[in-house]
Amino acid sequence: MTSAVSFRGVSRHFGEVRAVDGVDLDIAEGEFFAMLGPSGSGKTTCLRLVAGFEAPDDGEIRLFGEPVAGLPPYRRAVNTVFQDYALFPHLSVLDNVAYGLMISGVGKAERRRRAEEALGMMALPGYGARRPSELSGGQRQRVALARALVNRPRVLLLDEPLGALDLKLREQMQDELKALQRKVGITFLLVTHDQGEALSMADRVAVFDRGRLQQVGTPAEVYGRPRTRFVADFVGSGNVLAPELARAFGGAAAWTSLRPEALRLVAPEGAALAGTVMAARYLGAATRVAVALPQGEVAVLVPGGQAVPEAGTRVGLAWEAGALHPMEAA
Amino acid sequence: MTAAAAGAARGGVAGRLSDLLWRRPSVLLALLLGPPLLWLGLVYLGSLGALLVQSFFSIDEFSGVIDRTPTLRTWGELLRPANLDIIARTVLMAALVTGASVVVAFPIAYYAARYARGRWKAAFYLGVMLPLWSSYLVKVYAWKLILAKEGIVGWGFESVGLGWLLEAFLSVPGIGGNSLSVSPTGTFLVFVHVWLPFMILPIQAALERVPGSLVEASADLGASPGRTFRHVLWPLALPGVVAGSIFTFSLTLGDYIIPQIIGTSARFIGLAVYQYQGTAGNVPLAAAFAVVPIAVMGLYLWGAKRMGAFDAM
Repeated sequence: MTSAVSFRGVSRHFGEVRAVDGVDLDIAEGEFFAMLGPSGSGKTTCLRLVAGFEAPDDGEIRLFGEPVAGLPPYRRAVNTVFQDYALFPHLSVLDNVAYGLMISGVGKAERRRRAEEALGMMALPGYGARRPSELSGGQRQRVALARALVNRPRVLLLDEPLGALDLKLREQMQDELKALQRKVGITFLLVTHDQGEALSMADRVAVFDRGRLQQVGTPAEVYGRPRTRFVADFVGSGNVLAPELARAFGGAAAWTSLRPEALRLVAPEGAALAGTVMAARYLGAATRVAVALPQGEVAVLVPGGQAVPEAGTRVGLAWEAGALHPMEAA
Repeated sequence: MTAAAAGAARGGVAGRLSDLLWRRPSVLLALLLGPPLLWLGLVYLGSLGALLVQSFFSIDEFSGVIDRTPTLRTWGELLRPANLDIIARTVLMAALVTGASVVVAFPIAYYAARYARGRWKAAFYLGVMLPLWSSYLVKVYAWKLILAKEGIVGWGFESVGLGWLLEAFLSVPGIGGNSLSVSPTGTFLVFVHVWLPFMILPIQAALERVPGSLVEASADLGASPGRTFRHVLWPLALPGVVAGSIFTFSLTLGDYIIPQIIGTSARFIGLAVYQYQGTAGNVPLAAAFAVVPIAVMGLYLWGAKRMGAFDAM
């Protein structure tokens, strides 16, 4: 099966900066794919390469098997939800949503009907006559989604779509986006720096660092078996054990990831490892406890409801051998 | 031990004055706006009103003495064919100059707003403003030399063997003449050049406020660059275009120097006002003429508003 989007050795340089550096990637049709990374990691440039706002300096991008080199944005079967939503301020909400249909020559009555239908799907019925400036951030976001989806793109590109929303709304929109993707069944390509967002929504996640692809996998793979120290560090706030500390935990002498929730606090007597509680940070559903060992410090996640030891207390650590995950690259 | 003061006390007249202005922002506003409002309201609007009143006086044709009994006679005189001719000629010229200014200014403003950065932006501002630093008269006389029969334009046409083309153009009645410097085309060219900065800057300011993502969004939704211009850039730049056209339109309507130095001897409104209030001493008719640009601009703005030119503001 041809992939919806494929990158082969794609690079994009801005002067001396290698924004995207030799990326190989295949995104399947109908997949919810997330590109995750800190700012400046190249994920947004990758999205802009797919949309056609940037051209690769090297390598090839294909959409559904067709090379897109030299194809301007207005000839690509993709639509974008922009980070700032980019709604046209001089048009009503309805005209914003109908813009793509107007451009492609759909008749006035038909595009009005379809735009209203798209607004209805986004739970914004009757908002068509308003101006974008009269809407809240969450509503603008939905209009931007409706404006992109009404054109029935084969790939929907989402550039940090939830970045400007507050926490509550962001969580709600995560669920809605996921449900929406299932409903329309097209490929979603999401760019985000929020690991929670990527893990909760995507079928597969690609982690970027300094223009290079670090790891591609399901959220469980990326979270549970990070390939590099960077991934372990960036995805979740895991313990990255230096080789000597990893040996103390009974692992190989390699950089090793160990998730804080895989560790349990037990009585110090007879425990395989014992240390001193340095600090505890209350997170609501759990408490993150920092424990100092002779070889270094690790974080332990204590689920809510369990007793949290005071700073200075001696504690022992327990874990399953399978929780240790040695990483390939340093 | 005494309780610490809630805030540091600040002595002196300046300190008390700034405290007072901080507590009463309306006083500050009155202090800041008072002088300019006084200037605009009394000096400018006052003299404008006096001018309007004068247009309802009349002049005794034999003695040249102004008769101060209110009458519409002067306004009747304004509507004579010769005077209507002057008005029509001026408004047409102003409209053509404005249209050409938009066409020339838009690409320059677009480049400056979207692409020029750092040093190039500074070069842009310098390039646009530099003509304003030299005297207006110097520019007009420079143009007279450029457009004269022996000037560089004529010489350029001759030396590439296209002299016949310029001759043919100059022989077209209504736009041609003996040379470019005494043709309506010459007047038009000089007007466009001299007012161009007043068109570029407002358009550039309007385009500067259009985020690049709007242009990208339009392309993303399938619009070719031409359609993006028509549906996104132009409507969003329109307030700037209207602001610029107020400058070019009203400056052309009121100018009396350029048509005097460059072009045929056909009169424009500004020249008519200048001659009636000066040499002819017919202040009432000059006043009536002076009202015409105000009325035209009022109509223009009203029309622009009705067409939705300010919707994007």
